[in-house]
Amino acid sequence: MTFDLIAQVELRDRSGAGCVAENGFCPDWIADNYERYIDPFFEHVLLTVVPVGIGFAIAFTLALMAHRRQWLVGPITGVTGALYTIPSVAFFFLLQPLTGLGNTTAIVALTCYTLLIIFRNVITGLRSVPADAKDAARGMGLTDNQMLWRVELPLAVPELLAGLRIATTTTVGLAALAFLAGAGGLGAELDRLPSFKSNVVVAGGLSVLLAAILDLMILTVQRLVTPWQRASA
Amino acid sequence: MTENSSAAPTDGKGDRQAATLEFREATKRYDGQSEPAVDELSLEVPAGEICVLVGPSGCGKTTAMRLVNRMIDLTSGDILLDGRSVTERKPAELRREIGYAIQQIGLFPHLTIADNIATVPRLLGWDKQRISVRIDELLELVSLEPSETRDRYPGQLSGGQRQRVGVARALAVDPPLMLMDEPFGAIDPINRERLQNEFLRLQHDIRKTIVFVTHDIDEAIKMGDRIAILQKGGKLAQFATPAELLMYPNSKFVEDFVGADRALKRLALQRVRDIDLWKAATVRVGEPAAEARAKIADSDLPMALLVDDGGRPLGWLSDRALGGERVERQIRSPAEPAVELDDILRDALADLLTSETRYGPVVDGRGRVAGVLSLEVIGGFLHEAPVEARSGVELVEES
Repeated sequence: MTFDLIAQVELRDRSGAGCVAENGFCPDWIADNYERYIDPFFEHVLLTVVPVGIGFAIAFTLALMAHRRQWLVGPITGVTGALYTIPSVAFFFLLQPLTGLGNTTAIVALTCYTLLIIFRNVITGLRSVPADAKDAARGMGLTDNQMLWRVELPLAVPELLAGLRIATTTTVGLAALAFLAGAGGLGAELDRLPSFKSNVVVAGGLSVLLAAILDLMILTVQRLVTPWQRASA
Repeated sequence: MTENSSAAPTDGKGDRQAATLEFREATKRYDGQSEPAVDELSLEVPAGEICVLVGPSGCGKTTAMRLVNRMIDLTSGDILLDGRSVTERKPAELRREIGYAIQQIGLFPHLTIADNIATVPRLLGWDKQRISVRIDELLELVSLEPSETRDRYPGQLSGGQRQRVGVARALAVDPPLMLMDEPFGAIDPINRERLQNEFLRLQHDIRKTIVFVTHDIDEAIKMGDRIAILQKGGKLAQFATPAELLMYPNSKFVEDFVGADRALKRLALQRVRDIDLWKAATVRVGEPAAEARAKIADSDLPMALLVDDGGRPLGWLSDRALGGERVERQIRSPAEPAVELDDILRDALADLLTSETRYGPVVDGRGRVAGVLSLEVIGGFLHEAPVEARSGVELVEES
């Protein structure tokens, strides 16, 4: 059913000007049609930011739990690692009986893919805190919670944000497949005219651009919140 | 410190009294280990004194120190801070009252120097203004320029500067007790010596009770008012003042640990005024020669020292100076090396060894002759028993 519709759109568009007929890279066509990418672009932003946000909340909580109970690190890494290995198409298919077609399915799956990366980076960050700083903190009378929030987490920030950057970039890419779960995004647009070069370049290019922008935003945040890293002589 | 800062309401001396510390058969035993890490350690540290815990690695000195602020919990026995058992206290609260400085310093790399120092004051809820004033005070106390240092990060400071910040941070709330675990261990020898001297000067002002851990017996002798030597298995081998430890090591272990050069080490602890000097015959120009000869007969040297009207030494008289009726100004050799009553005995010995005469006049603060120091005097001193050390300190015998 969906495929028929796409085929029609394809045919109608191809019957346009010469560039389009030759399936070249057509700036004119792009200029005429850029509006069709605006909504999918913002859907794509949503399909990235929401899973990364939820994934961060879950993975961060899991990491804090595992930080106090180190024996949890293995099982949590195992489970999130297993989730990470499920092919996305299979994941969407498996979720369909539960969540149907649409954004929810895509967001659940994409969230699961962020867990391993963020969890492992938070754990690595917390483990990289110098032992002498922790010993001094304890010796000065910081409680476990004070130590966590005032010493360990601030020092884990670079590692934590590095994980967030990888998770975000990965999710932008994976969200291009969200149309398979019935969600929108740039992937759906790509899929409507998959063999038309101008469309592929614009939809694909916007996806890459989005990944770059989000990455840069997190990097900027990291610079702002870790002045001590640059100050080291 | 500048004039200004010493006029400030608090200058690091603070109002808080130093605490007394007492170990009562303090024992730490780890599961699955046959020997205890600390074995029935009993000793008292009077308020305002530095007690050094020293011994070979694995002797439990750091463990013993960490029992005090409950970084490690006692298996049995007790530790009393100002008469109150540390086991009654909540660990976090107890630790905020005890300064803590470690070899690796443990500054927080993500916080500025000011924020590092402010750690415990903030935990105790001090207001901003008070914390800010205190930070400047402390930085000056450890010879760092506040305006240059406050806003820097630990990564921007040298090792010696970081060590000073570590000490300042440990002193932040003017704690009645300080724990210091090899605080100068990671510093090069020249800077270590400087920091040790600075710290001793600081301690002279602040008079904290300090537990100081080191593996270096020379550092222990230099820093300690009292030294507890621990041996493997966490047993106290001897607890005594540095001088007593060097004079009367109570076992082969202690004797070996303080080293074969312990006689020389003792010289580093004593000043020229602490020993019995030779009596010198001091004469002035124009004095009757017969009187001068009588003085020589009464002195410990076969010659006279010519002095000026103020009693300051001019040189050793030659025999010809006494040939006439009155003393003439005929000098055989200069009054060198010049030794002062306040000189460290070891330094004075070094002066004697490098001079031609092997003896030298000793002068007091005003430059007047107080006696004569010679190699024989020092040799005699080293064979004597230091009476004051023997009566002043109770010996803890190994059972």
